Amino acid sequence: MNTHRTATPRPFMRRRKSCPFSGKDAPKIDYKDVKLLARFTSERGKIVPSRITAVSAKKQRELSRAIKRARFLALMPYLMQ
Amino acid sequence: MALYENVFIVRQDLSAQQVEDLTAQYSEIITEAGGRVAKTEYWGLRTLAYKIKKNRKGHYVMLNIDSSSDALQEVERNMRLSEDILRYMSIRVDEFEDGPSAVMRNKGSRDRGDRGDRGDRGDGGRPATSSEAKPVAAAEAKPAEKPAEKPAEKSAEKSESEGASE
Repeated sequence: MNTHRTATPRPFMRRRKSCPFSGKDAPKIDYKDVKLLARFTSERGKIVPSRITAVSAKKQRELSRAIKRARFLALMPYLMQ
Repeated sequence: MALYENVFIVRQDLSAQQVEDLTAQYSEIITEAGGRVAKTEYWGLRTLAYKIKKNRKGHYVMLNIDSSSDALQEVERNMRLSEDILRYMSIRVDEFEDGPSAVMRNKGSRDRGDRGDRGDRGDGGRPATSSEAKPVAAAEAKPAEKPAEKPAEKSAEKSESEGASE
């Protein structure tokens, strides 16, 4: 399956957003930056899939590592009730 | 020699002075082994996101260490033995970041609570909102109480859960 989203014009076509961590002044992924990491977790504390946040695969791996480190240090919750 | 970032959490009922003594003690192990502690950062008494060994709060300290792995392992061994240390984590880094770390930078602006920047959630919420809006507009005559009740409940739940996490 190879459907080019950008090639076929559809009534509800959305432009593919670019990765928020690539580009010139992109933020650095850091386990200490809880404020930044919190933007990529759901209200329940789960990591939001990259298909929703448009983070690239490489950066998503980095991001999930950072979130898991922050969780270990109790900077972020594993789950919120 | 390698560069490491070490963060450890000290029990809340120790005083800031005792935390400082512990930090000095660990720094000495590094320097005695020929290493160097490039920076120590005290993040203060922070609320833990979840309870660790029945503690709700803890003193956070970060050390930027440039030493051999043996010296760091000796520090980690001591941290394991100490009952005042709730948790520690050492990570090897390619370079130290200069200036205060993200935790210190965010500290001052924490009270403002600017959480408005959730725009990059994409299109996940779109269809839900449009379908929710429909019944409200269509059935304005009778079940006007229903939509009014629901948001109130939701907000009550939210404030409760927020209060619990604080």
